[in-house]
Amino acid sequence: MKLWQKVGSLVLRLFLALFTAGLVLYFSGYSPLTAYKAMIWGAISNWDGIALSLVQATPLIFTGLAVAFANNCGVFNIGAEGQLYLGAMAAAVIGAFIPPLPHFFHLFLALLGGAIFGGLWASIAAWLKVKAEANEVIITIMLNSIGILLCSYLANYVFKAPGPVAQTPEVHASAALNRIGTGTQLSTALLVGLGLIIIIWVVLYRTKLGYEVRIVGANPRAAATAGINVAGMTFVALFISGALAGLGGAGQVLGLHSRFIDGFSPGYGFDGIAVAILGGNSPIGVLFAALLFGLLRAGGMVLDRTTKIPVDFVLIIQAAIILFIAAPNILKFLKGGLKSARTNTKQ
Amino acid sequence: MLEQILNSEAFFLTMALLASTLRMATPLGLAAMGAVYSERAGVVNLGLEGLMLVGAFFGVLGSYLTGNAWLGVLLAVISGGVLAFLLALVTLRYKANHVVAGVALNLLSLGLTSVLLVAIWGNRGKSADVEGIYPVNIPFLSDIPVLGEIFFRQSPFFYLLIILMVISWFLFYRTKWGLRLRAIGENPAAVDSLGIPVNTYKYIAVIAGGMLAALGGAYLSLGELSLFGRNMVSGRGYIALAANILGNWNPVGVVLSSLLFGFANAVEMNLQLYGWPTQFVQMIPYVVTIFVLGGLVRKVEAPKALGEHFDRGDTHV
Repeated sequence: MKLWQKVGSLVLRLFLALFTAGLVLYFSGYSPLTAYKAMIWGAISNWDGIALSLVQATPLIFTGLAVAFANNCGVFNIGAEGQLYLGAMAAAVIGAFIPPLPHFFHLFLALLGGAIFGGLWASIAAWLKVKAEANEVIITIMLNSIGILLCSYLANYVFKAPGPVAQTPEVHASAALNRIGTGTQLSTALLVGLGLIIIIWVVLYRTKLGYEVRIVGANPRAAATAGINVAGMTFVALFISGALAGLGGAGQVLGLHSRFIDGFSPGYGFDGIAVAILGGNSPIGVLFAALLFGLLRAGGMVLDRTTKIPVDFVLIIQAAIILFIAAPNILKFLKGGLKSARTNTKQ
Repeated sequence: MLEQILNSEAFFLTMALLASTLRMATPLGLAAMGAVYSERAGVVNLGLEGLMLVGAFFGVLGSYLTGNAWLGVLLAVISGGVLAFLLALVTLRYKANHVVAGVALNLLSLGLTSVLLVAIWGNRGKSADVEGIYPVNIPFLSDIPVLGEIFFRQSPFFYLLIILMVISWFLFYRTKWGLRLRAIGENPAAVDSLGIPVNTYKYIAVIAGGMLAALGGAYLSLGELSLFGRNMVSGRGYIALAANILGNWNPVGVVLSSLLFGFANAVEMNLQLYGWPTQFVQMIPYVVTIFVLGGLVRKVEAPKALGEHFDRGDTHV
């Protein structure tokens, strides 16, 4: 397929998804046009809206990249949510419980901790996949629940800040990701995410490691015949994937909340799956998909504030996008339908 | 002596724990049974959470509109069937990845029920109170000391679960239909070569599974609270998925594993009363599943063609 065909098909699918979600809204008794207008207007018409969109897009860049990287190796990591929590907790503990250090050093340690713990959490799935041929989808789902509960325990008891809320103490300024501009919640976590997009692109398409990862993803048997260590690649891919999700959690803690708050993620890990699919598992695609979903979510929040439609409407849009993108044959059906309609009119 | 035991506080607590074990196990068992149908036919059902949520919502809606809770249950089952049909359509006909489709189903259900919640009741958190479905004392049997109190004063949903378990077991292991369905999950091409309509079987199994999961969801809303709360299934779909695996994709097995997880759930609620950390007890279903899949507890075996796409005329028999 040529590039313009690919883009055309993508745009068509997106449009169909928005249309379908709009239909659902229409049958719920709301006006989809008004809703979409309010969303888009709220998300891009002023600096606050744009900043909000970027704030919402930031964690999705990380989790989208995480899911996409594993997918390139043929491993379905649906555990980004749990890895994000582990990474967030590690960053929060390093940021708050280690006494203040020079800024970049402390920040680096906290981010590194987030990456390592996210990566290790994902490695459990890799280990079980390699050792016991366990299905990584089920394992990572189970690890999601365990990880979230484990962090909930830590935030409620072990690392709890004084007060009624289940959260850790505020991180030291030396570990914080600075805010971009004044009066917004936008932080340099976004820049970290953009940097990672470039790094992962280079790793995937310009290094031997990335080449082998992609070979294993395309055809594990051929990869094994070619002398590539498939089990090793599975480990590497899941560790890097988990580390990326963990960094996303660290970014939320160090840049936005300044602490770990129990249950802080509204499902960034699961949204990452949608982002990776929409982005075609490529880093650049992930960037655009994350920005789109960030925009939708910000728009949804504006919708939530200004109309009776709850922000959850965005979930319907996301589901529709996933279904239209992930079902390869859905456009063939439409084409077939149009063709038979045309032949019918000829007769 | 017996008198003393029967009147002791420990005995009373144990009884309460066992009774609430059955209560907690009911929705898990129904949803896990739904997973058995779908996955035995080779379709991964990651959408259990969403199917339960939709069942919980439409159960309350049906009861709200008609004033009859059983009509609510009917609407719940229908809604589960419709949503499962969507899953079957995108995975079987449009060849979407099963896991991805399941994730989408869960997002769709949470979005849809939350939007409709506001549209119908104007409240973002919960619906109005509706007529619910209340526990039924089975005549005579419920008067049996101890056993009667635990087993025969339960919600009708629990009795349904037991009946459906027996029916399903019979269906899967004693009928031609069940034999064929199980064979489809293992090797669809071989079954197809016998001229059996593989995809029809798959559609029926996925839809039936969706109906069962929705029934489990309806228990949560109609059977326990008599109202719908936003995202009220809160992860039980994933526990049901775990129960399906631990139960080895077997109708009787999933009821047993649901009872185990229901027991963990009941213990957790008691710990909560005493203000103890509950997180580790809550982890039990997930940890057990990981151990099982890691081959550390017992060997379970998934249907061999689970999650694969099947086209008529595929040659890899």
